[in-house]
Amino acid sequence: MFGVRFHGRGGQGVVTSAELLALAAFRDGRHAQAFPLFGSERTGAPVMAFCRVDDREIRTREPISDPDALVVQDPTLLHALDLSAPLVLVNTAGNVQAPGRVIIVPATELAREHLGRPLPGPALLGALVAATGVTSFGALEAAIRERFAGAVADGNVNAARAAHDSVLAHA
Amino acid sequence: MPYQVGSFAVGNRLLPPEERTTQADPRRANAITSGHRACRGCGEALGARYVVDSALRASEGRLIAANATGCLEVFSTPYPESAWQLPWLHSVFGNAPAVATGIAAALKAKGRTDVRVLGQGGDGGTVDIGFACLSGMFERNDDVLYVCYDNEGYMNTGVQRSGATPPAARTATTEAVGDEPGNVFGQGKSAPLIALAHEIPYVATATIADLHDLEAKVERAMGMHGARYLHVLVTCPLGWGAEAHDSVRIARLATQSGLFPVFEGSRGDVTAVTKIRRRVPVEDYLRPQRRFRHLFEPELRTDVLARIQARADRNIERFGLL
Amino acid sequence: MLSQLEGSRAVAETVARCRPEVIGAYPISPQTHIVEGLSTLVRTGRLAPCEFINVESEFAAMSVCIGASAAGARTYTATSSQGLLYMSEAVYNASGLGLPIVMTVANRALGAPINIWNDHSDAMSQRDAGWIQLFVESNQEAVDVHVQAFRLAEELSVPVMVCMDGFVLTHAVERVELPEPDEVDAFLPPFAPRQVLDPDAPITIGAMVGPEAFMEVRYLMHAKQRLALEAIPRIAGEFEARFGRPSGGLVRGYRAGDAETIVVALGSVLGTIEDVVDELRADGQRIGALAIRTFRPWPLEHVREALAGARRVIVVEKAFAVGVGGIVGQNVRLALSGLDIEVSNVIAGLGGRPITSASLRRALTSELPPLSFLDLNEGLVARELARDTGAPAENMLRDLAGRA
Repeated sequence: MFGVRFHGRGGQGVVTSAELLALAAFRDGRHAQAFPLFGSERTGAPVMAFCRVDDREIRTREPISDPDALVVQDPTLLHALDLSAPLVLVNTAGNVQAPGRVIIVPATELAREHLGRPLPGPALLGALVAATGVTSFGALEAAIRERFAGAVADGNVNAARAAHDSVLAHA
Repeated sequence: MPYQVGSFAVGNRLLPPEERTTQADPRRANAITSGHRACRGCGEALGARYVVDSALRASEGRLIAANATGCLEVFSTPYPESAWQLPWLHSVFGNAPAVATGIAAALKAKGRTDVRVLGQGGDGGTVDIGFACLSGMFERNDDVLYVCYDNEGYMNTGVQRSGATPPAARTATTEAVGDEPGNVFGQGKSAPLIALAHEIPYVATATIADLHDLEAKVERAMGMHGARYLHVLVTCPLGWGAEAHDSVRIARLATQSGLFPVFEGSRGDVTAVTKIRRRVPVEDYLRPQRRFRHLFEPELRTDVLARIQARADRNIERFGLL
Repeated sequence: MLSQLEGSRAVAETVARCRPEVIGAYPISPQTHIVEGLSTLVRTGRLAPCEFINVESEFAAMSVCIGASAAGARTYTATSSQGLLYMSEAVYNASGLGLPIVMTVANRALGAPINIWNDHSDAMSQRDAGWIQLFVESNQEAVDVHVQAFRLAEELSVPVMVCMDGFVLTHAVERVELPEPDEVDAFLPPFAPRQVLDPDAPITIGAMVGPEAFMEVRYLMHAKQRLALEAIPRIAGEFEARFGRPSGGLVRGYRAGDAETIVVALGSVLGTIEDVVDELRADGQRIGALAIRTFRPWPLEHVREALAGARRVIVVEKAFAVGVGGIVGQNVRLALSGLDIEVSNVIAGLGGRPITSASLRRALTSELPPLSFLDLNEGLVARELARDTGAPAENMLRDLAGRA
């Protein structure tokens, strides 16, 4: 089982990121479970979402306390987070200190460039997929196209691909 | 139509049959049949019989009724007997308008557009506890005719004050003691005006003193679809402290004094009023009711009577009743 | 059709396949996505004929269902927590009138203090209302049990509430096999009411019943619910035969056959419990679990039979009776009366506090008192009790915020 925990703020598509990953895993024929943890819904508040991926049925429902990968969509949350995970992906341009492997993804910039809006999720997912192979990129693209339509889907896919290819290039 | 004095003549034999009232028709549904347990002189039993029979005639017998908890529900269904001759559902106190909405929705989903829906309740169940459901039904313009039988208090439970209880009236929770005996001034709400504010297709008031008018209004309402509201003043001899034989007369005095305006409205505007034929001072209306006795004994409370008269005057001016 | 979608949407799609004719809908977290989904299905004509009514309160929602059901329509609504309380008068009314309404309860804690997260206090507050109460463990089971619920309700003329954990299940995106519409049609015939408001055959429904007959009426409600103990497994069996997977039923054991310790629970926490049972079994512990799928009627004989061989029973539940203790625990103790089995009641997950496998492991391998609260902040409550008085939550704020 592979567990990912996503952090961000309400309105940044954190829950959507977890769901896209679950959708992608489903398309790869794997089992996946995505769920959020939030307070009363409002934008700007810290939000967590989880995604488990496995090849067998996933029964447990507890939040992921020991993630295999941590995805941080908003760097202003870094000071409040426990970053001890084997892999940490952070949406930022700066440096991040963490015990495990850290991948910096300028996801907001990529999103602005390809999508025209600062929604960093798909780019971070592209990077995650490249770094871990938790799903195939093709499945991620299919998931994005299932969730979004037209130019928005194209933009998200392109941002994801850019981040994905960048991670592979630096591997 | 010739002027009716009292209710001595139920129907007018001089009229062609199709112009006669529902009650004059031997084939009337008699939807609340005899044997119910209402008090003698009960205005609600009289009003409901006229309303339901008219609605049944207008819908050619295809009518379902939803009834709130209250006097009407209790005295008409002493288990295992029922006085109702039409399909009838009682759920709880505050939900009759919503239950009626549900029935109408079921009929619509099933394509049974020929069957109509009547919601019924007393003033308590309509104006107070049922108010949210009533407003919701109005706001959605659900296809229901809702009739409020207003006897100005929670009579079934022993005569307590409701949002429809008039100022100065004695009830068990507004006793004629203290600085302001009886119900206080400055409270209460006009359900008909609130109904009008929802801009529904039809709103009307009526009383048991003018039963032909009541029937005609039911017929008119049944000729339309959408949310419709009829507010009927019904005398409660027990709760009002009046003689059982005076029920109709007292209801007439309510209209002739101006305290209960009789009008029709549609989509937010008053469209017709029934003018006062012979105006009377409010005292004439108040005296026969023991719930207002403290205004006359031990001393004549001209101050309170003047305030009540002012309310009647305002209605007369506001609705153009003279 | 195999899909990956949010639990609420899966329920909406499934309920639509059950062809309700009237839906009364009022929003409350965390059920909102269910009624939103149904609203769109009706608007786009995918669910027709159906009247979807945006009511003004949960009380109105259940009241609309009452009117519609009495007029012969298949009806549905969904709610949670405060909404369920607000409609409580109508909830009792529906079962008293024998109306086969199906309602989803997306389980959420009851306030005060206001709390939007999952626990079972809402459903438990209505356990005596005369509704059948079914609890599901996963979104797949939620889908399957809703189909069975309409069959069950209409067969017995008893309303059914399908309980699924709010947020944990409603907002989880996971794999679900949605039943094909024609398969649901074959399983669920059109609603044929036992009594109906019909001008062609007028009846009076809802009369006052006095002392001379009320006891008999209530006894018959109890007897009707007991009939569900036979109907539920039968319908679940038919569902499995047609759709090819087990779901619903009364109780289900997990590795409980030879277990010395059996953990009893309702709802989604069973998934986590099953994982922990597997880990402890691997460590050599003879431990198992018992899932209560039907809470009302209480399947007493089935619970007794399933637990009779254990030495110790641990009831883990997400609600409790203030001033008394566990609710499910109480019912389990009733089922085990006369048997020499130690029963420990663990209250867990109130207000959405996560029940972790680590905490469960600790609890299941410890000596437990008859009643305990999982992961309780003992220090905080001790300080509060020492200080005393007033509203617990508001007073606790001072300590939580670190002020003196």
